[in-house]
Amino acid sequence: MNIKKGRVHKYNRDNIDTDVIIPGPYLKIHDPKELASHAMEGIDPGFHTTVTPGDFLLCGGNFGCGSSREHAPIALSTLGIRAILAPSFARIFYRNAVDGGYLLPIEIERSTLEQIDDGNMIDIDFENYRIINLDKNGESYTIKPLSDMIIKIVEAGGLLYYSDDEKGFAS
Amino acid sequence: MTITEKILARASGKSVVSPDEVVFGNVDNVMMHDVSGPGVIKILTEWEKKGNKFDRVWDPDKVWISEDHFVPASDRISAENVALLSRWAKKFEIRRHFKYGLGQYGICHTLSHEEGLVLPGQLYVGGDSHTNTTGATGAFATGLGHTDIAYVLMKGKIWFKVPHTLLFKLHGKKPAYIMAKDMILHIIADIGIEGANYKSMQFTGNIVKEMCMEERLTLTNMSTEAGAKSGIIEPDSVTYDYINTRTTSNYSPIHGDDNAQYLDVYDYEIDKLEPTVAKPFSPANISTARELESIEIDKAYIGSCTGAKLEDLRMSARLLEGKKVKVRTEVLPAAQSIYFKALKEGLIEIFMQAGAVVGPPTCGACCGAHMGVLAKDEVCISTTNRNFPGRMGHVDSKTYLASPLVVAASALKGRITDPRDLEN
Ligand code: SF4
Repeated sequence: MNIKKGRVHKYNRDNIDTDVIIPGPYLKIHDPKELASHAMEGIDPGFHTTVTPGDFLLCGGNFGCGSSREHAPIALSTLGIRAILAPSFARIFYRNAVDGGYLLPIEIERSTLEQIDDGNMIDIDFENYRIINLDKNGESYTIKPLSDMIIKIVEAGGLLYYSDDEKGFAS
Repeated sequence: MTITEKILARASGKSVVSPDEVVFGNVDNVMMHDVSGPGVIKILTEWEKKGNKFDRVWDPDKVWISEDHFVPASDRISAENVALLSRWAKKFEIRRHFKYGLGQYGICHTLSHEEGLVLPGQLYVGGDSHTNTTGATGAFATGLGHTDIAYVLMKGKIWFKVPHTLLFKLHGKKPAYIMAKDMILHIIADIGIEGANYKSMQFTGNIVKEMCMEERLTLTNMSTEAGAKSGIIEPDSVTYDYINTRTTSNYSPIHGDDNAQYLDVYDYEIDKLEPTVAKPFSPANISTARELESIEIDKAYIGSCTGAKLEDLRMSARLLEGKKVKVRTEVLPAAQSIYFKALKEGLIEIFMQAGAVVGPPTCGACCGAHMGVLAKDEVCISTTNRNFPGRMGHVDSKTYLASPLVVAASALKGRITDPRDLEN
């Protein structure tokens, strides 16, 4: 997986919904850069100025609940967020993030939310399903194994670019 | 197998499927609107820019389009989006395009049943999270994002993980002034807004069987608020009567097996249910209307795919008839045909005599986009389905969700009101 180490932006609350990630009035916008400048505006209007490409979001459970707007993962990935770490994700957000090839939703243990601090530099070891905290002497936490299909779809740049022959799971 | 499993099995050409299995299902119907449509077109354009070809939709007669979120166009960008969608629909020969100002049009999840577009037993996907609504007709109906819809437009199929089903049995005798909205708010509060994540919510029991189609649609509509992948009700004579007055198309309904396996079964006795309100900022944050009678409101909103079907308008008009509202009250029928039926039934006159404004069908205020958004600190009681921060306007506005009866009663008093207390 081409995800390298990056810094964590932490919003420790559950149910961060799509109206928070990209508020309703911006739904008519389809320019990714402009969407990115409104990312997370519902809780942190300055968020877009603080992200460096390759960074991670660390959030509470049910991340991305609410509407089906693909604007949400587009805004975050255009800013350079490569993966979101959360105890759970809302269904459509998860699907959009993967099938659009925007970013990886990574499920973590709820306790990990307390162990990683805002601004920590982390690394993700996909082979051993662990997050390594470089700012805490290499302390590490487990992640839920991701199916190969999910990683491959994101690596291909989305479902449209994921070749038919690879669809071993298809009927 | 449950009805959901059987629909997915048929759509994927299998005799049996089980929960958690991934299948590729052939799609019978796909919908996009003026927000998801331009997003899908953008994905398809990017695809072509990368040297690929997209010159035809797999089956133009299985695609339909609605204009609902930003009509009447709220500004130039919305106007451009609607125009873009029209050009695209024409180029790809999509005939079922419901255009604002050109006969029937309205909110997508209302057209799907009002026009009999989606039929029992079908696999239906839409570019909107409340696509679940249409499961009340006995279809598997679920919302997808832009990329997935683009994929469906190319190939006519899409992958699904077969969901587990939660069965909700609603029994008893429905008390006066209780509507499906009160029931679904209770269920969401009970299981939580993640309670049905990735799962299908199926509704049954004598209360559901006795409901008209439009009340059933309120249950499936708000299954989305519990995180469900779909909401569904097995088709029966109510379903067939409703569908058959709207379409002459043939369909083959599906019913679950008697020995179907449900992940959980919930029993609700409706007899003692009280008029219910969901407080800011979650549909699961409920109280009884009576507990909130000190809350003053600035606006009452009767609109959206959840709460502006004909039955919703009838219920609220019943309370407003011959009386005057005390706060700004906006009534937006969910489709042009519903507006017209309400007009013929005399409901529009009742709303206007009461002092409410009646507007054209649109999502506008429901998603805080236009046509009546809330100011900072304003308080609204609404027949819609979401009350997240900023959902209906300013982040510091507040939305309370309730049935059309509670909203109408509150409009008359200027504060949250249990309809049973209107005489006092
Ligand atoms: S009325 Fe509201 S909930 Fe329904 S489709 Fe429109 S924005 Fe969504």
